[in-house]
Amino acid sequence: MTEVKKIVEKEVLMNGTQAVAYAAMYADVDVVAAYPIRPYTEVMDTISKLIADGELDAEFIVAEGEHGQFETVKHASLVGARTLVGSSGVGWLYAMEAIVVTATDRAPVVAIIGNRALDDPGAYGVEHNDALMVRDVGWLLAWVDTAQEAFDTTLIAYRVAEDQRVLLPVGISMDGGFLTHSEQIVRLPPKEIVKDFLPPYNRGKYLVHPDNPITVAPQVNEDWVMEIRRQHEEAMERARVVISEAYESFKKVFGRYPGSTGDIKMPENPFVEPFMIDDAEVVLIGMGTVSKPMKVAIKNMRKQGYKVGMLRIRWFRPFPTQDVIRYLSNARVVCVIDRDYSMGSPNRGGVVYHEIRSSLYDLDQRPKVLNFIGGLGGREITIQDVEKIIKIGYEHRDTPITKPVYWVGVRGDPW
Amino acid sequence: MAEKEIEEKVYKSIIKTIKDVPLEEYYTSGHRTCQGCESALVMRFLAKAAGPRTIVIGATGCMYVANTTYYTTSWVVPWVHTQLGGSGAAALGTAAALRALMRKGKIKQEPINVIAFCGDLGCADMGLSGVSNAMTYDYNLLIILYDNESSANTDIQETSMTPYGAQTSFSRPGKARRIMKRRWKKNVVPIIIAGHRNVKYAATMTPAYPLDAINKIRKALTIGGPTFIHSLDPCPKGWDYDPKFSHELGVLAVETGIWPLYEYVNGEIIYNEPTKSIVEGRMKRKPVKEYLEKQGRFSHFTEEDIEYVQRMVDEMYEEWEIPGVMPIKSINVKISDK
Repeated sequence: MTEVKKIVEKEVLMNGTQAVAYAAMYADVDVVAAYPIRPYTEVMDTISKLIADGELDAEFIVAEGEHGQFETVKHASLVGARTLVGSSGVGWLYAMEAIVVTATDRAPVVAIIGNRALDDPGAYGVEHNDALMVRDVGWLLAWVDTAQEAFDTTLIAYRVAEDQRVLLPVGISMDGGFLTHSEQIVRLPPKEIVKDFLPPYNRGKYLVHPDNPITVAPQVNEDWVMEIRRQHEEAMERARVVISEAYESFKKVFGRYPGSTGDIKMPENPFVEPFMIDDAEVVLIGMGTVSKPMKVAIKNMRKQGYKVGMLRIRWFRPFPTQDVIRYLSNARVVCVIDRDYSMGSPNRGGVVYHEIRSSLYDLDQRPKVLNFIGGLGGREITIQDVEKIIKIGYEHRDTPITKPVYWVGVRGDPW
Repeated sequence: MAEKEIEEKVYKSIIKTIKDVPLEEYYTSGHRTCQGCESALVMRFLAKAAGPRTIVIGATGCMYVANTTYYTTSWVVPWVHTQLGGSGAAALGTAAALRALMRKGKIKQEPINVIAFCGDLGCADMGLSGVSNAMTYDYNLLIILYDNESSANTDIQETSMTPYGAQTSFSRPGKARRIMKRRWKKNVVPIIIAGHRNVKYAATMTPAYPLDAINKIRKALTIGGPTFIHSLDPCPKGWDYDPKFSHELGVLAVETGIWPLYEYVNGEIIYNEPTKSIVEGRMKRKPVKEYLEKQGRFSHFTEEDIEYVQRMVDEMYEEWEIPGVMPIKSINVKISDK
C-alpha cells in the first residue's frame, strides 16, 4: 500500500464528455482536432469554450471529415504536440485508415469514442462495435463507466501513451447517452499537481523536427513489416506494466485510486473492476455503464440467496487475461453481456464473449460461458434483464449448455 | 507583418539566375525514381528552395514509394508519410503543432517550412477536401500537387488529372470506343484561388523551367499563410515516350498553351515564361499536335481528336476572361440590359 496524501478536490457536476475535456485541459494539450458527430461531440464543444475562455492554450482545428481529423492529430503528435481527438460510430469508421496509421506510426494520440451504433439504420445510441473495429491494430482501448473514471482515465491515457516504452495511441470508450450525456459529480484535483503525475510529452529520438531529420514511415515492403509489427506488439505488452505504474502513481499524487470518488471506492486494479466476486458461482461480465443495472441486480439477487458477482472490463487492450483467469477460475458459470456483435462468429456470439472464452481455454477446470447480446443501438439493459440473465446463468450451474448465446429482449425471440 | 515588409521579404527570396541557386541538396541519392522522372525534380527543387529548416510530408503515391525505401531515404530534411488523402490534414496538424509548441515555449521559436506534396489522387481526387480545408486556415504551409496525369505508382490508371483521351490502364482505346477518357482535366489552381480567399499565393509550374519553379516555391514559403502549387510533371512511363524527352515535353506543354504558367499573388494573376509572351500576343502558340504526337498515350488519336483538343486550348486563350486560368467567358455587370 502506498501512502495517500490529503488532497482537497473540487466537486463539479459534469457529464462524461465534459469530464474528458477538463482532463485534456489539465493535461495542457497543444492541438485538438474536431469534427461533429453525436454523441462524442460535446468533448469538442467544451474544449472550444475552454480555449475561448483562456483556460486552455491550444490550436483547435475543425477538420474536413474524420479522416482529416485523425491525420491532423497524428502529424501534430509526431512533431511533439500533445493532442486530443475523438469520434463516434460511423465517424470513427470514416477515419479508420488514419486511425490505423496513428498506431503504426507510434503517435501517442488520445481519442475519445462516444460509442454509437453503426449505420444503417440510423441510431444515436450506444453499441461497442465502433471502437471494437480497432481491437486488432495496436490501439490501447479503455472502457469507462463514470464521468470520474472518464476524467481520471484521460489523464492516465496521456501518461501511458507517451511513455517511451509504449508510444501508442489510446482510445477511451464511453457509452453514448448513458455516459456522454448523463451528469455526475466529478472530483477535480488541484490543477497545479497534475505535473507531478503527467510529465511533458517527449518523443526523444522519434521527434520530427529539423534538428532531428528522420524519415517516418518509409516504404519497407516484405523486408521489415514482420519486425515492425512485432515491435508494435511488444509495446502493447509493455503497456500492461506502464498502466499499472500509472494507476499507482495516480493514487500517490491525487490521493485516491483512479475512478474512485469520495464515497465510491474503486477496487485497486487498473484492468478490471470486480464486484461481489469472491464467492460468486455466477459471474457477469460487461464493459461500460452496463455495470449499473448489473450491480443493482446482483445486490437484489444476493438477497434472494444467489451467489453472483461481476467483473467489469476496464481495459480491453491490452486484454486483462490474467485477471480474467484469476477472478473466473472459481466461478461455475460466466455470463458475458455484449453490447456488440460479431456476425457469423463461433456460436454467433459477441466480441467480449470470444475474448473471455479464449482467455479461459487453457484452464484445466473452466467455467461454462454464456453470452447475452443486448442493449444495441442504445436500448436499455434493465435491472430485470440482468436478473433474468443471472437466473439463466444459475440454471446452467449443473446443466450443460444447449444454447450458448441469447439476445436480450429482442422482439419475436423469447429468451 | 506589414504588407510592405512581406513584399520585401518575398522579393529578397527570389533567385535571379540559375547560377545563384544554392548548391546544397536536401533531396539526394537513394531514391529509385524512373529515368527522366520530372516529379523527382519537383522534390529536388522543393527541398533546395526550402532549405534545411523544413518538414516535408509526402502522401502515398510514386513519390512516396520510390523516394523513401527503408534504409535509403533520399530526404536530408525530416520527412513523414501521410495517407493518400491526408496531405491537407497532415500539413495542418504539423503547422498547428509547431505554432502551439512555439507559442507555449515548448520548442524554439523559428520559422520552419511545412511542405506537403501529393499526386493526382492525393490532391485532386481523394485529397481535395483536405487540401481545401488546409487552405481555409492561416497556418504557414505549402501544398504541392505533383501532377503526372495518372496514378503512376499503380501502373498508370486514369485520374481526374488525366488529359482528355489519354490512354491509361483504366482508359484503353477499344474497337467500339476510341476515347474512353472523355472528362476534361480538372483545373485545380483556380479551384484553390476562387474558393479560398485567404490564400495569398498559388501557382502552376513545370520542372522544365527550373528557376521559375524554384522561385515559385520560395515565394509560396515566404508570403505566409496557406499556399498552393500545381506542377505538371511529364512521366515517361505514363505518357509513353523516351525518357530523354521529359524536359522537351514540359516546354512543349507550355509553348502549345496546354499548360499555362502563371502565379496568383494577392489577387493578381501574373503570367510567367512563354505563357506571358503568349497571353501578351508576342508569341504564337505551337500547335497541340506537336505535343500530342510525341506521346504514346495519344497514339490512337485521329486528326479529329487533335482538332478537338486544339479547339479546347484555343478557347482557353481566345474566349476566357482570364486566359488560361478561369473558364469564365464573360462578365456581365449591366443587369439592366437584360
